[in-house]
Amino acid sequence: MRGLFAGKTVPVLIVLLAIVLFWYVMAVVMNAPWQETLNGRANLTDVPLLEFAQQTWAQDKPVLPAPHQVAGGIWTGLFGSAITAPRSLAYHAGITLGATMLGFALGTLLGIGLAVMIVHNDASDRSLMPWIIASQTIPILAIAPMVVVGLGAVGVTGIVPKALISMYLSFFPVVVGMVKGLRTPEAIQLDLMRTYNASAWQVFAKLRWPTSVPFLFASMKVGIAISLIGAVVGELSNSAGGGLGVRLLTGSYNGQTIQIWAALFIAAGLAAMLVILVGWGEKLANRRMGVRA
Amino acid sequence: MKRQLTGLQRALAAFAGGFALLALIFEFASTEGAPLPVWEFPLAGTFLVLGVLAIGRIWFQLPLFIDGALSVLGAVALLLALDTLQMAGPGYWFALVSTWMFAWLFVEQLAASIRAGRTSPTLGMLIPVVFGLSLLLIWEIIVRAASVPMVLLPPPSMIWTRILTSLPTLTADFLQTFKAVLAGFALGCGSGFIVAILVDRSPFLKRGLLPIGNFVSALPIIGIAPIMVMWFGFDWPSKAAVVVAMTFFPMLVNTVAGLNASSSIERDLMRTYAASYWETLLKLRLPAAAPFIFNALKINSTLALIGAIVAEFFGTPIVGMGFRISTEVGKLNIDLVWAEIAVAAVAGSAFYGVIALIERAVTFWHPSVRGGRT
Repeated sequence: MRGLFAGKTVPVLIVLLAIVLFWYVMAVVMNAPWQETLNGRANLTDVPLLEFAQQTWAQDKPVLPAPHQVAGGIWTGLFGSAITAPRSLAYHAGITLGATMLGFALGTLLGIGLAVMIVHNDASDRSLMPWIIASQTIPILAIAPMVVVGLGAVGVTGIVPKALISMYLSFFPVVVGMVKGLRTPEAIQLDLMRTYNASAWQVFAKLRWPTSVPFLFASMKVGIAISLIGAVVGELSNSAGGGLGVRLLTGSYNGQTIQIWAALFIAAGLAAMLVILVGWGEKLANRRMGVRA
Repeated sequence: MKRQLTGLQRALAAFAGGFALLALIFEFASTEGAPLPVWEFPLAGTFLVLGVLAIGRIWFQLPLFIDGALSVLGAVALLLALDTLQMAGPGYWFALVSTWMFAWLFVEQLAASIRAGRTSPTLGMLIPVVFGLSLLLIWEIIVRAASVPMVLLPPPSMIWTRILTSLPTLTADFLQTFKAVLAGFALGCGSGFIVAILVDRSPFLKRGLLPIGNFVSALPIIGIAPIMVMWFGFDWPSKAAVVVAMTFFPMLVNTVAGLNASSSIERDLMRTYAASYWETLLKLRLPAAAPFIFNALKINSTLALIGAIVAEFFGTPIVGMGFRISTEVGKLNIDLVWAEIAVAAVAGSAFYGVIALIERAVTFWHPSVRGGRT
C-alpha cells in the first residue's frame, strides 16, 4: 500500500477521480434550474434525488455536460461518421493539426536562426533581444482575425495565415531557450576549441549546437503547445475553413455545449499527444548523443 | 592608432556607399510618367552624395556617429520625398537600402566600440531604439511608396493619426477590457498562490496535482471562452473568468516549484533556530520562491491580456478591445484595428514592465538581477 502511494500514478489517478466526481456534482447543481423548469412543464413533482440527478446528466443542451456526455460526444465525433465528413471531429482535428505543424516548423526554424544570429553578433544581440521580448507582450492572438482577414483579402487563405500565427507564438520560446543553450559552453571549453584552431563554424557544429540540444527540446515542448493554441484561435476568424476552432465557434453560436466540450477535449488530447511526441524525440536524440538516461 | 574595421563592417560600408552611388545613377522617381531626377529632392541628393563620399573611409578614419547622422539624414530625406513623388523608381529603393545599411553599420560599430570599452555602455540603449525606428521607417516607406493595399497593412503614420482622432473609443475599450484583465489576473494568481501553499503541506497532493497542473498549463485553455460567456454573461465577469482559468495553473506550478527551491541545508538551519512552519515559510521559502513566482506573474501578464481580448470575440457588450477588433476587421477599418493593437501592445508591455520592475526590487539578491546586463 505504501509503495503504491509513493509513486506518481496512484495520486494522479485519485486526484483525477476526485475531479470527475466534483464534475458530476457540479453538473447536477448547474443544470438543476433548467431541469426544474422542464419537470414543471411536464407536471412532474417530487422527483427522487437520484432520478433528478440522472435527468440533469442527460439534458440535450446542458449548461455543464456530464463527463459521460462529453465522452459520448467525442466518440461520435471521432468514429460516428466518415473521416472526411464535415461532421467528423477527426476531420477538423486534422485541419488544425496541419496548421499547427506547419507553424511550429516555421517557428522553430525562425527561432533557431535568430538565436544563432544573436549569439554570434553583438549588434544583433543588442538590437533584437529587447524587441523579441516586447513582441510577446503584444497579444498576438488578438491580431489573429486581422491577419486572417488581411491575408485573405490579398488571396492568401487556408493553412498559411493560421500557420503564421502559430509561428509567431512558437518562435519565442525557441529563441530564448536556444540563446541560453548556445551560450552554455564555458570559457574553458571555448578556449579548448581555440587551441584546436577550430573555425567559427566548427565551434558551432561541434560544441555550441550539441550543448544546446536539451534546451531546444525543452523549448519545443512549450512551442508546440502554444502553436496549437495559435492555430485554434486563427480558425475562429475563418469559419469556412474548418478546424477545431470553428467547431468551438459554431457550438457557442448554437448553444451546443456538448460539441464545445468535445472539441475542447480533442484539442487538449492533441496538445498532449504533440508534447509527448516531442518528448520521444528528445529521448531518441539523447540516446544517439550518448546522454545517460 | 588606426582602428581596424571587421570584415562585416567593411562589407556594410562598401554596400552602403555602393547603393548610394546606384541611387544617383538610376532614375529616382517619376510623377505622371515624367521622370523626377534626384536633384529635385535637395535633401536626398545631399544624403546620397555624402554617402558616396563616405566610401573614402578606406583611406581615412570616420567616427561612427557620422554613419548615424547619415542614416538619420537619409531617413528624413526619403520621408519628405514621399510627399511629392507618385511612383518610386529604382533609385529611391537603392537610397532606402543605403539608409538601412548606414543604420546597421552605425549599430555594428557602436556595439563593437562598447565591447572594446571606448564608448560608455549607456549608449547601448541607442541600439534597440535604432532598430525599432528602422523597422518603422521601412514599414512606412514600403507601404506608402509601393502603395500596399490599406487592407493588408496601413502605414504607421496613419495608425498614429487614427489613435489621436479616436481617443475616446480607445479609452472606453481599454477600460472595459482592462477591468477583466486586472480582476482575472488578481483572482487567478492569488488563488494559484494560495492553493500552492496548501498543496505544499501534503506530499500526496503535490504528487497528484503537479503532473495534472503541468499538463493543464499546456492545454488550449482559451477554448473555454465560449463556455464562460454562456455561464457568466456578456459583460466583463465572463472575461475575468477566462483569465482566472488561464493564469491559475502557471502560478500553481511555478509556486510549488519555487517552494522547493530552498536547499535542505537552509531548511535545516531554520530548524536549528527552532523556527515554526510559518516562520520558515515567510523568512526562507517564500523569498527563495520569489524568482519562480515572478516568472509566473510575467507569463500571466501576457496570458491575461490575450485571454480577455479573445474571450471578447465570443460576445460582449458593444465596447471592449476584442469586440472592436473583431467588428472593425469585418468593416475593413484596418487602421482602427491597428490602433487597438498598438494600445494593447503598449498596455501589455507596460504591464510586463511594471512586474519586471517590482521583481528587480524584490529579488535584488538574485544573480540574474545582480549580474548587470539582463
